[in-house]
Amino acid sequence: MGHHPPVEDWATDFDHTDGVWAHDPFAIWDELRRTCPVAHSDRYGGVWLPTRHDDVAAIAYDTDNFTSRSIIVTEYRPPDLSPRGGVPPISSDPPFHQGARRVLLPPFAPQAIARLEPSTRAYCEELVDALRGRDIVDAAEEYAQHIPVRVIARMLGFPEEDAEVFRGFVDHVIEGVSLPIEQRVEGMGELFAYLRAQIDDHLENPRDDLTTYLLGAEMDGRPLEVGHVGGTIGLLLLAGIDTTWSAIGASLWHLAANPDDRVRLVAEPELLATAMEELLRAYAPVTMARLVKHDIDWNGCPMKADDWVLLPFPAANRDPEAFEKADQVVIDREVNRHSAFGLGIHRCVGSHLARMELRVALEVWLQAFPVFTLADPDAVAWAGGQVRGPRRLPVRIG
Amino acid sequence: MRIHIDQSRCEGHGRCYTLAPDLIEADELGNGREIGDGSVPPGLETAARHAFDNCPEHAVVLDEDR
Ligand code: HEM
Ligand code: SF4
Repeated sequence: MGHHPPVEDWATDFDHTDGVWAHDPFAIWDELRRTCPVAHSDRYGGVWLPTRHDDVAAIAYDTDNFTSRSIIVTEYRPPDLSPRGGVPPISSDPPFHQGARRVLLPPFAPQAIARLEPSTRAYCEELVDALRGRDIVDAAEEYAQHIPVRVIARMLGFPEEDAEVFRGFVDHVIEGVSLPIEQRVEGMGELFAYLRAQIDDHLENPRDDLTTYLLGAEMDGRPLEVGHVGGTIGLLLLAGIDTTWSAIGASLWHLAANPDDRVRLVAEPELLATAMEELLRAYAPVTMARLVKHDIDWNGCPMKADDWVLLPFPAANRDPEAFEKADQVVIDREVNRHSAFGLGIHRCVGSHLARMELRVALEVWLQAFPVFTLADPDAVAWAGGQVRGPRRLPVRIG
Repeated sequence: MRIHIDQSRCEGHGRCYTLAPDLIEADELGNGREIGDGSVPPGLETAARHAFDNCPEHAVVLDEDR
């Protein structure tokens, strides 16, 4: 991507935004796990890459030596906005993190998410109805991509017709990590100006939605500051859209490319809940990052303060030490402690929502199009970097 | 058999109460907690083991002897 030279040595000069990583990161991780389980690169001002499950887990749990101040690897180090960070709670460390996370848990608890299922299903049905009768459709662009945007817009009480607008902001922030800093700051500025306008509107016209709930929420007996609410809402957009889009798209890609699994799921719909977890394990979309807090010798790695550490949960999920047949997709896998939604205190707040969206999206799709195949395998385009998933996915449905 | 959620490890992934809804429920924050005293009635042992086998935080504790 951008101005980065292609990677020649993954152990000493890796780059997670390289096209090879986007296309097939599994071979890279498997090789590193065998030969150099904690790789290092001088790119991005110094970044480490653990690929074993136990190392990824240990760093995720270790909030004394690693900070979440910034969780997206970029060329520059973010300003220190601790304890809150720009987008709480993902950018917050203990003890501030706990309170900032707690306000989000009730609206994202499974009981609350279940109430969103009927409207999510209706929307997925609307999307497949618009595709019926065609031969070839893009399952990423014309289906998967729209679902999380619409669902989060509805939860936050944002105009649904703005969906395209804020999806643009999100792409800019997440997929534009190689852009010059001025352009990235500009992109963030536009996102936060948009959020500010929505927040002002909700302050004037409170209503029954997540934005109004957050504006009234308290932490340590005091209402959340407006800047905190803006950061959290920005996070919900940034964390909830590309991720879920990627999970739905990767699952559909797998089923299009593996007719045996597709046929079995169509015949045994009750298997979907288990199969979905396996698809989340095998194609986990999200790699997080931490910054090293202070110079430390970490299991023999000389880590320096402000070095980045990538936390590739997708690589942890493919570690043969942690999973039997780690490199195979076994859709009825019964033992599956995968970490697609992270590990430890930052476990994805949106995981119950994401699982509901993924399940409903697959149910509706499989009912509408029980037979579908890759129309042109070479035309499938994967986004790499820290959120991996198909962005072009032409499938034949007719 | 008895099932118990170690609250110091549970982070609310919710695998346990999805796989063993008769044994574990979600609290208002989405964390798991055993229903009643956690004793597993006959016939639910498999569900209990599924919960144990799928918790990413190793927070599900199974006591086979009680
Ligand atoms: C399949 C889709 C998704 C995946 C794979 C995913 C993955 C993750 C991961 C790995 C983390 C851990 C971050 C860390 O350790 O630093 C995380 C955190 C988070 N996610 Fe998700 N996510 C998904 C969907 C969503 C959705 C739909 C939302 C909400 C709308 C959401 C909101 C959040 C929030 C708020 C956090 C921060 C939690 C904290 O720091 O305490 N995510 N997600
Ligand atoms: S699966 Fe584990 S972490 Fe998740 S709710 Fe159950 S006990 Fe807690």
